Amino acid sequence: MTAYDGQAFAAATIEPAVRIRDLRRTFTLKGVLNGIDLDIAPGEFVALLGPSGSGKSTLLRALAGLDYEAFGSGEYQVPDRTSVIFQDARLLPWLNILDNVTLGLGRQVREQGRETLAEVGLAGREGAWPHELSGGEQQRVALARALVRQPELLLADEPFGALDALTRTRMHDLLRRLSEVHDPAVLLVTHDIDEAIVLADRIVMLEGGKLAVDIQVDLPPDPDARAHRSIDLRAELLARLGPSQAA
Amino acid sequence: MATLSALATAPPAIRPAARNRFLAHRAARFGILLGPGLLLLYWSVLSFNGWLDPRVLPAPWTAVEAAIELIRDGRLQSNLAVSAGRALAGLALGSSVALALALLSGLTVLGGYVIDGLVQMKRGIPILALIPFMVLWLGIGEGLKISVIAIAVFFPMYIQVHTALRAIDLRFVELAETLRLSRWKFLVRIVLPGTLPGVLTGLRFGTTAAWLALVVVEQLNATSGIGYMVTLARDYAQTDVMLVGLVVYAILGFGSDLIVRALERHVLRWRRSFGR
Repeated sequence: MTAYDGQAFAAATIEPAVRIRDLRRTFTLKGVLNGIDLDIAPGEFVALLGPSGSGKSTLLRALAGLDYEAFGSGEYQVPDRTSVIFQDARLLPWLNILDNVTLGLGRQVREQGRETLAEVGLAGREGAWPHELSGGEQQRVALARALVRQPELLLADEPFGALDALTRTRMHDLLRRLSEVHDPAVLLVTHDIDEAIVLADRIVMLEGGKLAVDIQVDLPPDPDARAHRSIDLRAELLARLGPSQAA
Repeated sequence: MATLSALATAPPAIRPAARNRFLAHRAARFGILLGPGLLLLYWSVLSFNGWLDPRVLPAPWTAVEAAIELIRDGRLQSNLAVSAGRALAGLALGSSVALALALLSGLTVLGGYVIDGLVQMKRGIPILALIPFMVLWLGIGEGLKISVIAIAVFFPMYIQVHTALRAIDLRFVELAETLRLSRWKFLVRIVLPGTLPGVLTGLRFGTTAAWLALVVVEQLNATSGIGYMVTLARDYAQTDVMLVGLVVYAILGFGSDLIVRALERHVLRWRRSFGR
C-alpha cells in the first residue's frame, strides 16, 4: 500500500512546478476558461474533473503549449520539461516502438528508452510496429515516451478513456507506481471520479470556466478507513458534478 | 480415407472463419502474370488458326524469332540500353525536382503561393504542344529528350506528394510540438515518412509517364533507342521488328511497375492495408 498522505503537499512551500493565474480562453465569444488559478507542487498528482465541455482539455492544451489563443493577465509558469499523454497513444506508425519512445532525443538515449520500455512492461518489444500492439500496450508506449524525457510536469488528457476496464485498472497501478519513481508533477484530465480518487493527491474540478473544487484526497493507509474516505469523497464529488455525470 | 473417418469421429472443432469476406485473398506469387498470360494465349490461338492475318499482326513466335535475331546482331540490347538510360535519367530528374518543389510548396506559405499556382497552370498545357518550343530552347539532342520525360514525370509526382503532404495527420504535428522536435527532425521523422506513400504512388504513375514520353521523343528525332528501332522498321515495313518494339515497351512498363510495387511493399511495411 502506498500512502497518499500530505507528503506532496508539504512541498507547496517551495517553488511550485506549475503556477497559473487568471488564464482565459474563449471560443466564438463564449468563455470556456474564465480566469483559472492553479498551482501544482513538484511531484504532486492532480486530477482535473469536470463535465464534458467544461474546458478540461482546453486547460490541459493551454498548459501543453498547444493553444495559441489562450491568454490571461496573470502568471503562466510551466516547466520546460513537460510531457503530454494524449487520449490516443499517438505513435508514429512508421517508427518501431523504441524509435517512437526516443523520438527526437538522439542516439545516446536508446538505452534509457529500452529501460523505460521495460518499466512499462514492454521489454523485448522494441522492434515491433505500433499496429502490432494492443490499445493498452500502445498507451504504455506513450507513457514510456513521456517518462523517458524525465518530465517535471506530466500532462495526461484522459489517457485511459479508450481502454477496457481491466486494462484501465492495470494502467492505474502502472501510472501510480511510475509517477512515484519518476516523481513528476502530474495533471490528469479525467471524467472518471474513481480514477481521480485512486490516482490523485488532489482533485480539482472545473465549473463555469473556473476551478470550483479543490480537495486533498488524503486516503488513510488503513484499508477500512481508506474505503470510507473513498466513498465519502466519491459522494461529494458526484454531488458537485451533477447527476448527468453519475454514469 | 483415414482423414475422413477421423473427421467423422472427432468432436466438432471450432474453426475460425476461413477468411475475411472483405479482405482480398492472399496474393499468389505470380498471380499478376495471369492477365498478360491470357492475352498471349488468345493471340497465339488466333495466329495459329490463321484467323489473324500476319500482315495485320504477326504471330507471337514471329516476334520471338525477330527478337532473337535482333539480340544476335546486338541491336536490341544497345537500343534498349539507350532507351532505359533516357527513361531513368528523366525519371530521376523529374521526380527529384517534383519532390523538392512539392515539399517547398507544401511546407512554406510563400512556396505554396508561387509554386502551386504555376504548376496548376502548366498542367493545362499538353506536353505535345510544348515540344516545338522545347526544341527551340534545348535543340534536338539528349537534353530535349530527357527534359520532356522529366516534365512528364514531374506532374504525377508533384501532385501525389503534395496531396500526401496535406493529408499528414494534424495530431502528429501536435505531437511534434509537445516533443519539441527540431524543424529538421520534424521533416525527417514526420513529414517525409508521412509523405512516402504519396511519393511511391507518384513514382508508379511517373514511371508509366516516363515510358510514354520516351516513345514520343524517340520517334521525334533519334538515331538510337527502341523508338528509333521501331520508326526505322516502319520505314522498311518490318512488322515483326515493330512488334518486338511494342512488346519491349509493354515489358518495360510492366516490369518497372513490378519493381516500384516491390519497393512500395518494402518501404511501407509498417502499414496495414487492404490490398497486399
